[in-house]
Order: sequence, then C-alpha cells, then structure tokens
Amino acid sequence: MELFWFIIIALILAIFFVLDGYDFGTGIIHLFFAKDEKDKQVIAKAAGLFWDSNEVWLVAGGGMLFMAFPTFYASVFSGFYLPLIIVLWLIVFRAIGLEFRSQFKNKMWSAIWDTSFGVSSLLLALFFGIALGNIVRGVNLGGVENGISLYEGHYFFLPLWDSSFSPLTEHPGVIDWFTIIIGIIAVVTLAIHGATWIRLKTNSSINEKLKNVIFNLNIVLFILTIFSLVVWQTVNPDSLNNFVERPYLIIFPIIYFTGLFGLFFIKKIKKDSYGFTLSTLLIIGGITSSLASLFPVILPSTNAVNESLTIYNTAAHDYGLSVAFNWGIIGLILLLIYFIVQKRLLKGKIDEMDYGH
Amino acid sequence: MEDMIFYDRLQFAFTITFHYIFPQLTMGLSLMIVFFKWKFLRTKIQKYNDAAIFFMKIFAVNFTMGVVTGIPMEFQFGTNWAKFSELTGGIIGQTLAMEGLFSFFLESSFLVLFIFGEKLMGQKLHFLTSFLVFLGSWASGWFILATNAWMQHPVGYEILENGKFVLNNFSALFSNPWLLPAFLHNQLASVVTSSFVVASIGAFYILRNKNLEHGKLFLKTGVVFGFIASLLVAFPTGDWNAKNVATYQPAGFAAMEGIFKTEDAGAEIVLIGQPNMVEKKLDNKIAVPNILSFLTYQDWNKQIPGMDQFTKEELPSNIPALYYSYHIMVGLGTIFIGIMTLAIFFLWRKKLHTIKPLLWAIMFLVPFPYIANITGWYVAELGRQPYLVYGLLKTSDGISPTVSSGNTLFTLLGFVGLYMLLGLLFLVLVGKTIHQGPKPVKH
Repeated sequence: MELFWFIIIALILAIFFVLDGYDFGTGIIHLFFAKDEKDKQVIAKAAGLFWDSNEVWLVAGGGMLFMAFPTFYASVFSGFYLPLIIVLWLIVFRAIGLEFRSQFKNKMWSAIWDTSFGVSSLLLALFFGIALGNIVRGVNLGGVENGISLYEGHYFFLPLWDSSFSPLTEHPGVIDWFTIIIGIIAVVTLAIHGATWIRLKTNSSINEKLKNVIFNLNIVLFILTIFSLVVWQTVNPDSLNNFVERPYLIIFPIIYFTGLFGLFFIKKIKKDSYGFTLSTLLIIGGITSSLASLFPVILPSTNAVNESLTIYNTAAHDYGLSVAFNWGIIGLILLLIYFIVQKRLLKGKIDEMDYGH
Repeated sequence: MEDMIFYDRLQFAFTITFHYIFPQLTMGLSLMIVFFKWKFLRTKIQKYNDAAIFFMKIFAVNFTMGVVTGIPMEFQFGTNWAKFSELTGGIIGQTLAMEGLFSFFLESSFLVLFIFGEKLMGQKLHFLTSFLVFLGSWASGWFILATNAWMQHPVGYEILENGKFVLNNFSALFSNPWLLPAFLHNQLASVVTSSFVVASIGAFYILRNKNLEHGKLFLKTGVVFGFIASLLVAFPTGDWNAKNVATYQPAGFAAMEGIFKTEDAGAEIVLIGQPNMVEKKLDNKIAVPNILSFLTYQDWNKQIPGMDQFTKEELPSNIPALYYSYHIMVGLGTIFIGIMTLAIFFLWRKKLHTIKPLLWAIMFLVPFPYIANITGWYVAELGRQPYLVYGLLKTSDGISPTVSSGNTLFTLLGFVGLYMLLGLLFLVLVGKTIHQGPKPVKH
C-alpha cells in the first residue's frame, strides 16, 4: 500500500511538473525572447488558458501526500517553511501576471504583469529545482548538534542559506552550491519545455528562433547534467548505489537521456508534438530518477543519530491507505476522463482558436 | 511559545478569512448560473444566456482568487500546524485529498470548457459543463465541511499509544451528525451572498439606467434566490446547527449565547449586550426571557447550563469574540430576511424596479452577507477552542515544533501585504466586468 501511494503521488507530482512546467517554461521564454506585443499576448495565453487547471495537480498531489504520508508532510513542510511560503507568494504573482496583463490595453500595465509572470515563473522553476536538490542532498533530521537532537528525530528546520553555501556542513541551508546547480538544471529544463510548448500551441513569430534556443539550452543542460552527476558523488557518495542494487531502476535515467539526446535533433524534427514529447521525457525522467536513487528513502538524514524518512516510517495506517485505494482509483479514472475531454476540445494552436464569444 | 501560537493562529485566521471571500461567492453563484443556463435551454431567450456568461466571468475571477489563496491553506497544515498534521493526517488527509481529486479537477476543467467551449460544444453540453462546475464547487464545500465536522465532533477514529489518530471507520466521516446541518447551512449562506451580488448588480444597472433588461432579470433572480435562501439559512439549518452546538459543545453554546449564569428555569435569549469578562456579566443587556430554552428544546422552562457550570479549561478561549461573531451573524441574517421579504413583496406587485430606496439598500448591503458568512465560520472555529480536535487535541499542541515565531511573523506580514495588493486588483477586475456589463440582447 505504501508503495502504491508513493508511485501514485510521484506520478501526480511528475504530471504537475510536466503540465505546470510548460507554464513556468513559457514564462521564462516570455521573459527573455518575446519582443513584440502580438507574440507576448499569444505566448502568455499559451500558459494563461490552462494554468489553473494545471495547478490543481499540485493541490491534489499535496492532498494525497498529506493523506498517505502525514509524518513526511508535517516534517518537510515545517522544515522547509520559508522556501515553501515564498513559493506560495510566487504562485500568486505568476497567476496575477497572467490574469491581469490583457485586462487593459496599456503598454505600461502589460509590461508590469509580463514581468511579474516571467520573473515569478523563473524563480518558481529555480525554487522547485532547489527543493529537489534538498531532497536528494538530505537534511539534518532532528537538528542534531554534537550528537544530540534538538527536536524529535523526524523534524528539522532549514534556514534559507548558511553563510558557507556549502552542502557539506553540519547545518546546510536550503540554498547551497549543490542545490543551486539542481535549481539551474530545473530552469534550463523547463525553459526547453516551455519552448517546445510554445512551438506546439502557437504560431508566434519566434517559433523558428526557438529551435536554436532549444538546441543551445540543450547543450547547456547536457553539460550541467554531467557536472551535477560528478558533484553529486562528493555530496552523497552512495547516490548511485540504488541503480546497481536494483538494476531495473535504470529505466528512469534512460527516459531522461532519451529526452536529452532526442532534443539535439530538434532542428530536424518536423512535428512540434515530438519536441514536446521529448521535453516531457526530460522532466519525467529527471524527477523519477532522483526519487529512484533514494528509494525507499524520501528524505535522507545527514547525521548518524536519526534515521532517514522512508515511505514506510512516514505512512498513515493501513486501514486508511486501503480505503483511500478504493476512492483513489475512481478519482483517477474520472481525472483521466476530464483531462482527455479538455485537451481534445481545446486542441490546436491558441491563435487559431475561436473562443466562442 | 505563546507568541508562536498567536502568530500561527493569526496567520491562519487572516489567510482563511481572505480566502473565504471567494468560495462563498462561487458556490452560490454556480447554482444561479446553472439556473440561468437552464432557463435559456427552456425558453431560448437570449438574456438568460447573457446572464450565465456574464456571471461565469465574475465566477472565473473569483475562482482564480480562490485557487491562489486556497493553496496557502493546504500548505499551512504542514508548514504551521505540523504536529496537528502528523497526528491527524491519517484522517483529515482523507477528506482533504478527496476534495482535491473529486472537486477541484471537476471545477477547474469544466470552467475552462464553459468559458471557451460554447461554440464547440453546443448548448446542451454547455449547460452540462455549467452543472459540472456547480457539482465540483459544492463537492468542495462538502469535503471541507466533512474535515471541519471531524475536528468539531471527532468520529470513526482510535488513538494509538504514540498519540496518533487512526481512521477505523471511513463512512463515519460522512455520516457525522455534525456534517449535514453544517454543510446545508454553509451552502445556503453562500447562496445568500451570491443572491445579494446578483441582485445588487441588477439594482446598480437599474439605478444607472443602463442594461435595463438584464438589470431587471438580475434583480428578480437575486431577490427570489435570496428570499428563499435567507429563510432556509435561519430555519431549519441554522436552528439545527445551534441544537448541535448545544448538544456536543455545551460550553461553547453558553459562551456564544452570552449566558454567564445558569437560570433556575428557562434561559433568556440575548439580543444586545457586551460581555464583561471581569464581572462575568453582560453590560447594557437587552434580553427576552425563556426564548432560548424554547428555541433549543421546545420547552419554555428547560434549564440551559451557563458559563458558570464549566471550568476555564472547558470554555472557549476568547468568549467576547465568539459572542460577537455569533450575534453579528444572527443579527445580519435577520436583516437579510427583512430586506428580502420586502423586496419579494414589491416584486410580486411588479414595481420593485421603481422603488429606489430599496434598490439603493440592496446595492449597499452587498458586503454584509460576506461578513455574516465569515463571522459564521468564526463562531464554529472560536467555539471549538481551545481545541483543534474537540476535547482531544489542544490547539497549543498542534503547531510546528521547529518554526520560530520570527519566521511566522515574517510570513504573516508578507501575506498581509500581498493580499492587500490582490484585493485591490480583484476589485478593479470585478469593477471592470460590471462596468462592461453583459452583452446587449440582439433584437
């Protein structure tokens, strides 16, 4: 049961990052590459049409995490207090940026909200990457100092940063040089994803140029990926052991690298949907590989006193998980139906769409 | 420690109060949109469809605000109330996760389709999408009320040695005697809010002498819905809830009614008065004898325990706030019934749109159903104090053990600033939508 819920929640969060990920990426591309008003408008619309139905995946993922792994939810949400609240604020700025830019036809007005949308999308991508970096790096569970826990063993608190910005100290902060690298990887990945989405959904005048952008970003991503794998070994020497012990987990890195190598052919790819599929593989592969490298741990402890949080020691009681299995299946089937109905009815390019009124 | 609890509570209270401005309108409004769309399907008169589309625009703005202010609510369970989440997540996580899965997806997916899909789908399917949006938004209310009902009156649980609450009866969460009355009361109260909004936009158009045909339709629909809903909010659902509080939380009942001393026979009902916590009495009291006993137990002489019957531990921690919240809610509810009865009388005489003072009154009353809804929630939440889970888990034992008060104050200030900006933008956007008005009817 724990495993079932772990897979479902990981899947829902991965889908969230694929769906809302293109909104973040669209924001990043919008910030740097959209120049004339027509492009700005249609690119913002490519995100704006769907952001709230994409964001409910986060709400659903959060709710299920709460239900299935309450101890983990409590520990991680209070431990990463500041970055999480900042993410909430950024989500608000992203949303109002999208909702308000086209409300008044005034250059200064739309410039304000375009910046709000773009910058908050960029920072959200960065913060989500940093969050993933924190999970794989691990935290000082129990706030251990000189071998003594300050809190119960499954609680911790991280400041935003520690003056050394090093992941190797006793009390690393949320932001250190390792998590920053993962954060930048997330920004680059989502920028690529946003670009393939814009190509798929719009006829903007920068679509041709975006092919080059994707290609160049992909080179950067390739270098960063290799670099992060190397430094990961210094931060956590056991990081790849899981793939040796459970060789079938290699499937997840394969998904990631399929996306990564595939995107080098972006200039030759004819169908826009293939590009979007490849960047989707990148995101799904990246998230699942990180989780697979830890499994069954979901938050490693960096000290020897308190044990790491796993899907087993943080899960809710069996009865609750089994009941939830029944309604969960029904809910997921319904969800799939809504999703297919919505995407089928609203398929095609945004700028060719007739909105009805 | 005291500081921490105070800031955690204040942040939750502030963010949930702001959040609840939006769902209370969308829940009620979605029902009225279904009505407009249904009327259009039946009559094919264009103004009904205009109304449905116009109000869905207002719905969409509110829904967006509801989403961006709603995610902080879910997150705060973990960030600020970690111990509570850890101990009770196995139970309230169920209903909260169900809300995400069964209602948000429904509401958000079909809202997009309603707004952009009218031409693609045809009128029957378009009606169906409006119905599904309604269903999603009311299901959301149902699951949130189920969560709250469990905190007010815990059922279907056992407590393990390590203090964790474990679910042992899933269906008990939904057959909780607290749930159905609270849900109906809450939903009807949200219909009151939406009725006032719809009627007041109608009154505004009539007073401004523009969009007259739509204005009259909005006024009429708002008044009819408002009349029915404001009656049902008081009786039977309000009455039913009060009886539940008297049965399950007698200390909270005494505090909200302002009964300091137990009377030998029947208890009086307090209309006005200020709780004096030093002398343990009400100052400037106006009360009617024996009515409370009759309303609660249909017995003029039934004894009702006053606050003197309970220890300080059992009584709610902020008695004046609870007392005022309750009396403001009830007082406003009574005013709504009065105004709506008057309006329905003139509507029946077919001259409501000519009675200007009443139109002005309806227009300016718009903020008050919001206040009544929010104070109603304060009654529920303050009445439950000092517990998070009534009788079982103290509020002070639910906060995050590792988050310092300095950090909470920082985020509280951030929320205050951000929400002020958000509120301002919201008003601009709704104002703009109302100013543009519904599409003119083609003749």
